[in-house]
Amino acid sequence: MDFLDKSRLILGTGGANSLAALEEAIVASGTALVTVALRRVDAAGPGLLPMLDRLGVPVLPNTAGCYTAGDAVKTAHLARDAFETDLVKLEVIGDERTLLPDGVELLRAAETLVGDGFRVLPYTSDDPILARRLADVGCVAVMPAGSPIGSGLGISNPHHIRLIRQSVDVPVVLDAGIGTASDAALAMELGCDAVLIASAITRASAPAEMASAMRHAVVAGRLAFTAGRIPRRFHAVASTSDLGIAQW
Amino acid sequence: MRLTVNGNVIESDAATVQALVQTITEARRGVAVAVNGEVVPRSTWGLTALADGDAVEVLTAAQGG
Repeated sequence: MDFLDKSRLILGTGGANSLAALEEAIVASGTALVTVALRRVDAAGPGLLPMLDRLGVPVLPNTAGCYTAGDAVKTAHLARDAFETDLVKLEVIGDERTLLPDGVELLRAAETLVGDGFRVLPYTSDDPILARRLADVGCVAVMPAGSPIGSGLGISNPHHIRLIRQSVDVPVVLDAGIGTASDAALAMELGCDAVLIASAITRASAPAEMASAMRHAVVAGRLAFTAGRIPRRFHAVASTSDLGIAQW
Repeated sequence: MRLTVNGNVIESDAATVQALVQTITEARRGVAVAVNGEVVPRSTWGLTALADGDAVEVLTAAQGG
């Protein structure tokens, strides 16, 4: 996807203490795409879109807070009208405690929105079969959760993330659960094409510093993936040759 | 007429969605409107009449992951 050319870090804007802190984090992260939610104008407050315009960073509207396919589809249409983009981060949440996706509603909403001409990036669970179904109905990427939103628990099931990478031909974006830089690097080492990070940056003690750490972690993890790591071995393999060793 | 705008009941003489939005926000970009649960595309705001009892949602960008 075109936005992955500039940066493999998508920044979620939720959780920041202030617009100024968010702006610093966006700049430090080097991101080329940020999520926004759609809320009533009186609750949303002004300033977010003008700031993003000033930075030249395009938006990825989400359907956060939707629990049914119908609500998510309606929210996506409103977002397209408001932000003049056909990209949508599709979230259909299954329950309040885990904030994990409702796969049945998610697939239904994805199919509808693809038919309506959207480029759909679904926030999904780490289920390789569901990810494949989402790709099959025409989603332009799949975004499996590493662990629950905001939990900072990292990647609960790395093997499933690897399986998802092998199951679909579209980009895989690790979304949710990243806590610190090593989690982001691991996601990239597992073969993810990008990561989406919100809380781990916006709720860090120093958001801009953490944004910079994540930026480097994503680059490092991607390079490590494409460079081809050495195989794991049970025993040591000497890195220094015995050839020419002195004899006493 | 009486409208419910973003959950608040107000008296308004805004004849169209366009007129109502102008009283709610100065933003001209990044705003979307639903009336009685149906999306009203921006291109039709000026043509969409409001009626007594309508429930209107006026939405914009907020921070969110």
